[in-house]
Amino acid sequence: MITIDWLHFTPASAFAGGLLIGLAVALLILLEGRIAGISGIVGGLLQPLRQGDVAWRLAFALGLVAAPLLYRWLLILPPSHIDAGWTTLVVAGLLVGFGSRLGSGCTSGHGVCGLSRLSPRSLVATIVFMAAGFATVFAARHLFA
Amino acid sequence: MSILIPLLIGLVFGCGLIVSGMSDPAKVLAFLDLAGDWDPSLALVMAGAIAVGLVAFRLAGRRATSLRGKPIQMPTARQIDRRLLAGSTLFGVGWGLAGICPGPALVLLGTGAAKGFVFVLAMLAGMAIFTASERLSRARQAKSAPDQ
Repeated sequence: MITIDWLHFTPASAFAGGLLIGLAVALLILLEGRIAGISGIVGGLLQPLRQGDVAWRLAFALGLVAAPLLYRWLLILPPSHIDAGWTTLVVAGLLVGFGSRLGSGCTSGHGVCGLSRLSPRSLVATIVFMAAGFATVFAARHLFA
Repeated sequence: MSILIPLLIGLVFGCGLIVSGMSDPAKVLAFLDLAGDWDPSLALVMAGAIAVGLVAFRLAGRRATSLRGKPIQMPTARQIDRRLLAGSTLFGVGWGLAGICPGPALVLLGTGAAKGFVFVLAMLAGMAIFTASERLSRARQAKSAPDQ
């Protein structure tokens, strides 16, 4: 049985933050004509690009990096906890980078944009990476812990 | 300044990740831990983002160019193949190991966390390995093509 952790479940701020993410997705497609898939935007910088295709990618990525700085300046930045050890982090980073490129998307590209476009391909990708994520955490926390 | 627009959009996206709690890997892992004390927040983040996204893509689908006159570049791939399945599986395993996906990784980099920096470096290396392996297999295909 699944037990919900009511103490840490934050439905209002989660939904509000989701709306902001949706707003960014909407602005990027309606103003720039591009899909807000972070792995595609960042990964695209690592391959030969046509002229005029570099600046917007860098600017968008820089906006993401600068977000906590802006947030900290205006409000109190909520703490983040990275519990993974250094080796795990490196392995995880390699897998996230390689896998998201091979699968043509990540949580934003397939999970948010693809599902918003009602793409069957993105629905399959989202189900697969969610299932892999559930299985990995189950193995790490409950089988080999 | 045309470059300001994607910068501001990135800022909005990043603030959304912070407000929603998704820039905290511990909260993401609490969602992925179905057998533990489950925190369903991530599902509501997706719901909020998709609610807006559905409207945006419906509007975008009716147009050939964006409001700024740029071509609207929708993904054209439809096939559900081994690459999609293998890539999504590898991505999901990596996501489950650390609780970090590409968007939050960039936000964590901005918080100044050393672990965020290391994760982003490894992620970029993974992406670069993919690009290099693609180039290698394409070169190999080009070499073998004349024989066929």
